[in-house]
Amino acid sequence: MDREFIARGVKRCSTGQFVAWITPWTALLLFGLYSAGLCLIKGLNQTNMDNRFAFGLWIFLDLTVIALGAGAFFTGFLLYIMKVKELGAVINSAVVIGFVCYSGAVAALLVDVGQPLRFWFTFWYPNVHSMLTEVTFCITCYLTVLLIEYLPIVLRNRKLREVPGFLMFEFELHKLVYVLAGAGTFLSFFHQGSLGGLFGVLRGHPFAFREGLAVWPSTFFLFILSAAAAGPSFILLTTWLVSKISNKRLVRPEVLPLLGRISGMLLTVYVLAKTIDTLIWINRTSPGAGFAAWEYYSWKPFGTWILFAEIVLFGLVPALILLAPGLRARTNWLVSAATLSCLGIGLNRLVMTLQTLALPTLSFDPFLSYWPSWQETGTFLGVVAFGVLVYSFSFRYLSLFPQERELKQPEAAPAGEPVLAGRY
Amino acid sequence: MSAKRYGMSIDIDKCTGCGACMVACAVENNVPPAPEGANDRKGITWIRVFRIANGAGKTAFVPVLCQQCGANTPCVSVCPQQAVQVDPATGIVGQMPERCLGCRYCMAACPYHARYFNWWDPEWPAGMEKTLNPAVAPRMRGVVEKCNFCHGRWHAAKARAAAQGRRDIDPADYVPACVEACPTGAIQFCELSARPDGPGGFRLLEKLGTDPKIYYHSQRDWVREIAAAPGGKEKARG
Repeated sequence: MDREFIARGVKRCSTGQFVAWITPWTALLLFGLYSAGLCLIKGLNQTNMDNRFAFGLWIFLDLTVIALGAGAFFTGFLLYIMKVKELGAVINSAVVIGFVCYSGAVAALLVDVGQPLRFWFTFWYPNVHSMLTEVTFCITCYLTVLLIEYLPIVLRNRKLREVPGFLMFEFELHKLVYVLAGAGTFLSFFHQGSLGGLFGVLRGHPFAFREGLAVWPSTFFLFILSAAAAGPSFILLTTWLVSKISNKRLVRPEVLPLLGRISGMLLTVYVLAKTIDTLIWINRTSPGAGFAAWEYYSWKPFGTWILFAEIVLFGLVPALILLAPGLRARTNWLVSAATLSCLGIGLNRLVMTLQTLALPTLSFDPFLSYWPSWQETGTFLGVVAFGVLVYSFSFRYLSLFPQERELKQPEAAPAGEPVLAGRY
Repeated sequence: MSAKRYGMSIDIDKCTGCGACMVACAVENNVPPAPEGANDRKGITWIRVFRIANGAGKTAFVPVLCQQCGANTPCVSVCPQQAVQVDPATGIVGQMPERCLGCRYCMAACPYHARYFNWWDPEWPAGMEKTLNPAVAPRMRGVVEKCNFCHGRWHAAKARAAAQGRRDIDPADYVPACVEACPTGAIQFCELSARPDGPGGFRLLEKLGTDPKIYYHSQRDWVREIAAAPGGKEKARG
């Protein structure tokens, strides 16, 4: 039915199968929209956040998906600026993932604030000292960049390409790709860092507060590094997952190990930097504010295991696996290490968001726990469903993996369909 | 008008935990009654009286309100749209609900948890709206609010001084509601020309370097030890 929209030279599942795949995700998206609608209409009393737990599941979600979406800017940076040509195989997919992650995060943020219609106040009355201002400016700009990067991928659709104006427009847009990659890298560096800075500047929470360089706390740099490390891992993971689900070879065999190697190198630098930062924080920053660091870990379930998991289990272990050529060459090891690296970044964002707020600051404060309400969870799942749907449609109708049609597929090639090489 | 630096001195040994300050504050500042479904984690009370215990049968009460931090004010620098500012004329940390986005970053930044979010629309039972203070605007749903040392009273005192041809207000004209309501005189409002802590005095989380302007006093060692200590100590839990 939709065959003429599917790129030449690639095979996709039947329309019926595709509808069966997107139906549950659409249902989840509708449930998410209903949950978010309740929060917007009835107010944030629908959530389990409170005056102490001012941030909850949604801020954790925002921090995590934005970190995972870093693969878009970092792949673009490596491909267009550093000329790592092999990454051309995944750049389109990375752009879609970046777009999905950032637009999902912005949607969740708009539900999360108490007065969403005042979002423009940040642009009108910006407080230049606030990390959140920097985050808002950079994310808005970068989402625009991602939209412009996504547009040529859409316009290259087999059917849309028949409109000469679209083709011309796409051709002209493509010339901007180096500028966009540069702008994307600059903007991403700043907002990934500012997201770390959000917590690092919290002088009132010595668990999160960090010293740093000029106006930037050390978490600013750690967030950039960790996002750059986990981004390629997430691209690796999604490419592998899409390949498994669709039963297609999407990229040449050397591409995924290359992504793994990049991720491994950056993860090693991150683990080293995080270790040094933790030692400085334990021995100087936290005691300087009157808090002995070991006391933070006396409140269960946030024991020292969480520090071990963050640095060793989800940091050093995947870094070593990804750095070892022998292990990297085996798909199981590669995918497991990429998964650990992505889980590690999620854990780090969870610690920064929830552990920071759960810990008492005043001696007569209780230690608090938080569990999201179904409306919060519904909105969260809605964002995930939105991401899966946008990616599914993009994978079906757009050319996300240029190498796909050159590769020998595990199933028989469709008869009578010419296999074309090259960009189109 | 000369710049002032307002603060408070709270004598914990005099506080009986009666909560009159909390009620007076809510009435003065049009803090709405908690709706059905609210709990102590979602309710609004600009001043909150905590109970602390030493584990040997002794208890004390610590009223905690916005500490009006004078240095590195945690909530001011984080607000993305300048809805929180320190008034250089008074040293009072002001909150502008009309400009607040409701992002709650200031709440996450405050070490004293003295900022409150309007999780619900403000509603008063039928007839009770007649008791509202016309000098203070109620806040809408989705914004943050906190103690501002009864800013309505500050404006009224300024208006009175202007009407009488004075540049400076009469200190007797500007007294926050909690100070006025305290039956034991535990809370004193003052202009801080010097630290009013003296012997037995301390401030909450002083080592954070935020220069809070609320000074606490107690002659009891265990009270000072617990109240002045940072969080995370089992023995300190009230």
